[in-house]
Amino acid sequence: MLAFILKRIILLLPVLLLVSIISFTLFYLSPGDPAEILLTGPQGPPDPAAVQEFRDRAGFNDPAYVQYLRWLTKACRGDLGYSYTSGERVSDAVLDSFVPTLKLSLVSLIISLLVSIPLGILSAVRKGSLIDGLGMALALLGVSVPSFWLAYLLIILLALQLDLLPVAGYGQNGDLQHMILPAVTLGASAAAVTSRMMRSSMLEALQQDYITAARARGLSERSVVLRHALRNALLPVITVIGLNFTYLLNGSAVVETVFAWPGIGNLMTDSIYDRDYPMILGCMLFLAMLFLALNLMVDICYYYINPRTRHESGD
Amino acid sequence: MNQGINSDFAARLAAIVVLCLVLTALLAGQIAPHDPEKARPELRLKSPCLDYPLGTDQLGRCIFSRIVFGTRVSLFIGLAVVLLSALMGIILGGAAGYFRGVPDEAIMRVVDAFLAFPSIFLALAVIGFLGSGLTNLMLSLILVEWTGYARLMRSGVLALRGKEFLEAARGLGASDIYIMRRHILPNVLPSILVMATLGMGNAILGAASLSFLGLGIQPPTPEWGAMMNDARPFIRAFPLMMIFPGIAITASVLAFNLLGEAIRVRLDPRSEIKKEL
Repeated sequence: MLAFILKRIILLLPVLLLVSIISFTLFYLSPGDPAEILLTGPQGPPDPAAVQEFRDRAGFNDPAYVQYLRWLTKACRGDLGYSYTSGERVSDAVLDSFVPTLKLSLVSLIISLLVSIPLGILSAVRKGSLIDGLGMALALLGVSVPSFWLAYLLIILLALQLDLLPVAGYGQNGDLQHMILPAVTLGASAAAVTSRMMRSSMLEALQQDYITAARARGLSERSVVLRHALRNALLPVITVIGLNFTYLLNGSAVVETVFAWPGIGNLMTDSIYDRDYPMILGCMLFLAMLFLALNLMVDICYYYINPRTRHESGD
Repeated sequence: MNQGINSDFAARLAAIVVLCLVLTALLAGQIAPHDPEKARPELRLKSPCLDYPLGTDQLGRCIFSRIVFGTRVSLFIGLAVVLLSALMGIILGGAAGYFRGVPDEAIMRVVDAFLAFPSIFLALAVIGFLGSGLTNLMLSLILVEWTGYARLMRSGVLALRGKEFLEAARGLGASDIYIMRRHILPNVLPSILVMATLGMGNAILGAASLSFLGLGIQPPTPEWGAMMNDARPFIRAFPLMMIFPGIAITASVLAFNLLGEAIRVRLDPRSEIKKEL
């Protein structure tokens, strides 16, 4: 077990290095001179000599790889620099914005699992029925609908027409009322993916010999499905929960912007509008690290739960 | 596709919708009743009527004409992104699987690194650093999409390793490039085709999302996501302006997804159970 985890972490190191290189390259290629941006104050464009002096002092004239290494050393210590616009520490801003995102993601995850797991099981057990057809049609629709459109449909119907929920905002520290619409929007697309996966995983489990054996022993269909098939069918779904988080985080960029939810998606888009390059870089790096950690955790869970993978090389 | 809904019917419907989209894009000038970019301030935010089937936007432009011309933009972006990302993925993934060893390790770690970013955030970052506009929008989507083709191509090549027809070709003195192009690629192409069809949907959705955020196609070019961005201030007064372009996006993405699934099932009927998303 420990050897497996260690091996996985070692394999991650080159990927992490490449992630940092890709991120820094994009940052380095961005147009505009950071020295000029930083020195531009209310009094207008800065003195060219001052800009030149600042560039020398801050090391902006060094070759790209020197700048990269300097940035990387700092980043490894958790220092991601300062925002161009607010002067805030990037690492603080990113972590602060992650709390609302995490809150929203967890609620969305619960919504999506509550919908998708029963729907997937039902579709598999009643394969070919009306429920199956309807469920899978909905699931296909769910992955095709743009989340921002779904968001506005919900806003138009529930917030504007029926006046049940607030249109947008964070409310009192992200209360449930303000969370429902963004969480349902995000949860819907994640549920679409999970229910399809749950269905195919359940269909596969139901075809196994031990299911035939359980049926032959005269067990009730309910027991066959829930006690024998479901346990095995849930295995791949663990991967899907990880994948779901991917979906939720991805969706957060657009959905948080629509609902003015102060999460990392909103921070990212705002930083882009403001050309706050260190902040964009910080968000990017943080999310990639989070993703890699999440995938690692999914792998470890999967390894722990499924004994069959232990005999293989683990790859 | 599942048997629950009549899959043949759904696939046919999807093919018809895709065909309609292509025709709309080609014949946009003939179909649209008005110039999609001509502003008529005296006609702003008009409800649907005979002359303006879907009403007019905040500048008095015909929404129907803008959606029709938007098909052209979306399909063009989708096609360009799919072709270029597939090309990039096929070359790099093919090289990784064919040469194994160091090139394989290097290329696949780069693929892993690109996959480490949540896709929309990678696209956002590319645009955030390099600026918005058509070229950077396509670049950002290509950088998101190419990894899928690379992995598919690599595993396809690995699955074919040691097959006799490849040894025979090599024995006849065929070059690496020739073997890849004439023997390996045709074998992997069906799976690539499925991925590309689904990729059209992804690219259209991605382009619309970024344009909706104001970071993709810039006004006055008619683009579905950008039209919805325009509609945001008028959500209370004129919600239809938000609803119509969304229907266009959903219908096109759904059609490409259904078509991709149908091709997948046609090529490998067993994939219904084994498929991976």
